[in-house]
Amino acid sequence: MTEQQHQGRVVGVNGNMVSVAFDTSVIQNEVAYVVVGDTRLKSEVIRVRGNEADLQVFESTNGIRVGDTVEFSRELLSVELGPGLLTQVFDGLQNPLPRLAEQAGFFLQRGLYVQPLDRERRWAYTPKAAVGDTLRPGDTVGSAPEGIFEHRIMVPFAWSGEWQVTWTAPAGELTVVDPVAKVSNGSEERNVTMLQTWPVKIPITNYKQRLFPRDTLVTNIRCIDTFFPVAKGGTFCTPGPFGAGKTVLQHALSRRSEVDIVIVAACGERAGEVVEVLREFPHLEDPRTGRSLMDRTIIICNTSSMPVAAREASIYTSVTLAEYYRQMGLHVLLLADSTSRWAQALREMSGRLEEIPGEEAFPAYLESLVAGFYERAGLVELNDGSRGSITIGGAVSPAGGNFEEPVTQATLKVVGSFLGLSRERSNARRYPAVHPLESWSKYRSVVAAKDLDRARQILRSGNEVDQMMKVVGEEGTPTDDFVVYLKSELLDAVYLQQSFFDEADADCPAEKQVYCFAKVLAVLDAKFQFTDKADARSFFHKMRQAFLDWNSSLWKTDSFTKAEAAIDRLIQTGLNA
Amino acid sequence: MRKLYHRIIQISGNVITVEAENVTYNELAEVTSTRGTSLAQVIRLDKGRVSLQVFAGSRGVATDSQVRFLGHPMRVSATENLLGRIFSGNGVPRDKGPALKDNLIDIGGPSVNPANRVIPRNMIRTGIPMIDVFNTLVESQKLPIFSVAGEPYNELLARIAMQAEVDCIILGGMGLKYDDFLTLRDTLDEHGALSRSVMFIHTAADPVVECLLVPDMALAVAEHYAVAGQRVLVLLTDMTNFADAMKEIAITMEQIPSNRGYPGDLYSQLASRYEKAVDFEGAGSITILAVTTMPGDDVTHPVPDNTGYITEGQFYLVRGRIEPFGSLSRLKQQVNKDTRDDHRAIMDTMIRLYAEYRESLEKQSMGFRMSQWDEKLLRYGERFEARMMDLSVNIPLEEALDLGWQTLAECFEPAEVGVKTDLVNRFWPKKD
Ligand SMILES: Nc1ncnc2c1ncn2[C@@H]1O[C@H](COP(=O)(O)OP(=O)(O)OP(=O)(O)O)[C@@H](O)[C@H]1O
Ligand SMILES: [Mg+2]
Repeated sequence: MTEQQHQGRVVGVNGNMVSVAFDTSVIQNEVAYVVVGDTRLKSEVIRVRGNEADLQVFESTNGIRVGDTVEFSRELLSVELGPGLLTQVFDGLQNPLPRLAEQAGFFLQRGLYVQPLDRERRWAYTPKAAVGDTLRPGDTVGSAPEGIFEHRIMVPFAWSGEWQVTWTAPAGELTVVDPVAKVSNGSEERNVTMLQTWPVKIPITNYKQRLFPRDTLVTNIRCIDTFFPVAKGGTFCTPGPFGAGKTVLQHALSRRSEVDIVIVAACGERAGEVVEVLREFPHLEDPRTGRSLMDRTIIICNTSSMPVAAREASIYTSVTLAEYYRQMGLHVLLLADSTSRWAQALREMSGRLEEIPGEEAFPAYLESLVAGFYERAGLVELNDGSRGSITIGGAVSPAGGNFEEPVTQATLKVVGSFLGLSRERSNARRYPAVHPLESWSKYRSVVAAKDLDRARQILRSGNEVDQMMKVVGEEGTPTDDFVVYLKSELLDAVYLQQSFFDEADADCPAEKQVYCFAKVLAVLDAKFQFTDKADARSFFHKMRQAFLDWNSSLWKTDSFTKAEAAIDRLIQTGLNA
Repeated sequence: MRKLYHRIIQISGNVITVEAENVTYNELAEVTSTRGTSLAQVIRLDKGRVSLQVFAGSRGVATDSQVRFLGHPMRVSATENLLGRIFSGNGVPRDKGPALKDNLIDIGGPSVNPANRVIPRNMIRTGIPMIDVFNTLVESQKLPIFSVAGEPYNELLARIAMQAEVDCIILGGMGLKYDDFLTLRDTLDEHGALSRSVMFIHTAADPVVECLLVPDMALAVAEHYAVAGQRVLVLLTDMTNFADAMKEIAITMEQIPSNRGYPGDLYSQLASRYEKAVDFEGAGSITILAVTTMPGDDVTHPVPDNTGYITEGQFYLVRGRIEPFGSLSRLKQQVNKDTRDDHRAIMDTMIRLYAEYRESLEKQSMGFRMSQWDEKLLRYGERFEARMMDLSVNIPLEEALDLGWQTLAECFEPAEVGVKTDLVNRFWPKKD
């Protein structure tokens, strides 16, 4: 076959969709380039009809004309995998943004692509497999330290069958393209390098089995870990109207979650928000390792004004990188903000393809794509017996803040935990605005289930009293009921609400949550004596104050002990009154 | 000489389709009919058929009208000479000045590389407590005023613009009433700001397609000035008219609408404009203040809804006041940590108590007896509205914070307000 055979000609342009006439074969989802003058615009084949293919172009289509050449690559849209991914900031197609900036300046330049992994950089490679070993795809050949991690170099996932090692490179400083081993399957010998590629829309499945996600992923956020927990290998979503706090919550998760690797997928949202992560993470210390937070982070950034087709790809790029690190036996947290923008990218394309639309013009296959994405999360046992996981948390931005819309509904069907953010709570500055009565989780809390039930009961009863008071007024409410209401308000104010901007309050490891929750519960369980409602209200004001002082003192310090003593004294006063 | 085409095979809404060759996507053409010559832009290529959006509208275009392609996309002249000038949406002078042809740049250029952005850090002082204390405006922010027809949103826009310290102001008017245009112009003039302003004005009487060009024209010029080191403030009013113009075109093109007739890419379209707000490292900045009127006072309407998802907060203008609920500056935390130690505490506490006040007010209106606590809240609420919310108040931030403490102390005991004890000790006004 010659180059010539894999070309086509533009026959139509509609927004970012280009129609191409071809006369050989094309592959669905293969990468193609539209040649405009001396730039080549990366695109993906998304539909083939007769001898015409429709391409979504990952760039602005300005200046394309009918008759322009299109080159088909014969390769599916793929990412590069290898050491050097951590700490990087990529666009949706895995171009390193800082490198693009070096070449093009302030603005993104159409048709400029940079290799994701540095070809010059050397890594301290150590062989693990020996000549004669039989390996399967995904098995470890050797390793190279990448920051604090042992980066496993594996037989490419895309190969099939068994391979015998015929040569291994000695330990040394190698680049990602240097051969680290030669392997043979009897009929063919191949080089293994530290770099491999994988098509993003296909899950990596080189593991022994999937396991049920049992262990709580501690996020240091009280309302999550205690009330609506997430499991390592689980999935959760955070739908909420604009401004309710989805991004602030995701940033807190990306900083404080107790996992090995965090992948931040900024999908179709504000560039400014990524910049906060980008600029701050290098200077923040990961309390678990003492290293910079950036060392465990990858940012995929395809913000709202960047090309919309690349936004669609960015979700797949992110989850593929997550799968790669999971294959090394690491626990990965993937945070996608916002999956609705991804769904909208699908909708835009579906509209241009003139497909029959589903609800709110989203494509009919939206649900299966959403499910397919979250299904790439999970806890797995790898072939060598070690375990790795991917936890996926997706923000959802429902139109009009109404959860009865296609993306939220499709997501709710497949996730294990639902953290619904409410406008009511964010307006009242009750942050994080996770709604304590509407949210749910199927995973295990850091506190005992029976304790949690009591706390939940207080929240429910308090809410009932509150509703009742709206009808009969405070004077028509019995003092006992009123106290239940005050207790639920206290629980909300001092436990569910948490300031992510206060170092002491934001830092809430599991052990501290168990300890503090017990204290709050002691107040909830206590049978206080009050003369009247004003007395009760004033008591709970003081109690709230005491707890707030406690929350804002660092765990296991003197001020923490002192603040706790103040709470204990107050409890005694309330009981003895 | 470029080839002329005379075979217009379809005219629908403001879109015409002509059979032509060698046309590039998004380029401009001149369409000449008996009504004169109008610019048009290529919006679809389908084999030999080229669809164009005619800026002046298709009225009067004949099937044999003449179409001449220009070989370049929409451009605007970007020089200092624009300052003090007024143009229509497609860049034609609306004042008596000459047409400008120097240094033409494409509009709707590529996005800024996120890796080149910096964290916004400069507060923009407005003297309005509801902004400075509660929702601080920050240089490079993008922020709309959400409002309904009849509210003084253009006045608020102008007042902030006049008080803000910026190097130049670019005003993009979309579907403006002519009177509003005159008022805005006169306000700039009175404050001596006209000579550092550029206006792209589309009035309600102008062809709807020209409305679509306004934000891109304004922002292309803004970007040019900002890269050259200027701090630029872009005012866009009213973005709902812009969105409606998009809706009109989408429907003409028979696109499947997603929500109440608006096209599925409304979010991306609005975002590509608002995201032009930026602080360039080592150069200038663009701050965008916009107006988004809410049809039927409904914030879930697709235009305010999508806008809210894009911008960095919003000011709700209701009955002539900036509402504390719903109003938000998402960049405030970037700057309010460096203003004064009590800034954040005052901000949170006063709003929380004001929310409780609203609840008491509701109880009162339903005829319930007011508890002592309710009485305190009622007293507080009234003072809060008079001292903080009234838009005629014009005081610096520090004065407003002091007034905040004073108001709290007049109405509550320290333990009742839920502020950390050390701040209470430092800032609670001492009784003498
Ligand atoms: N936990 C929090 N603590 C304090 N302030 C918060 C918190 N969460 C949200 N906020 C406030 O609300 C603003 C909006 O939050 P955020 O950007 O997270 O909203 P969002 O839900 O992501 O909105 P959008 O859908 O428009 O992106 C923040 O800028 C901040 O001022
Ligand atoms: Mg957000």
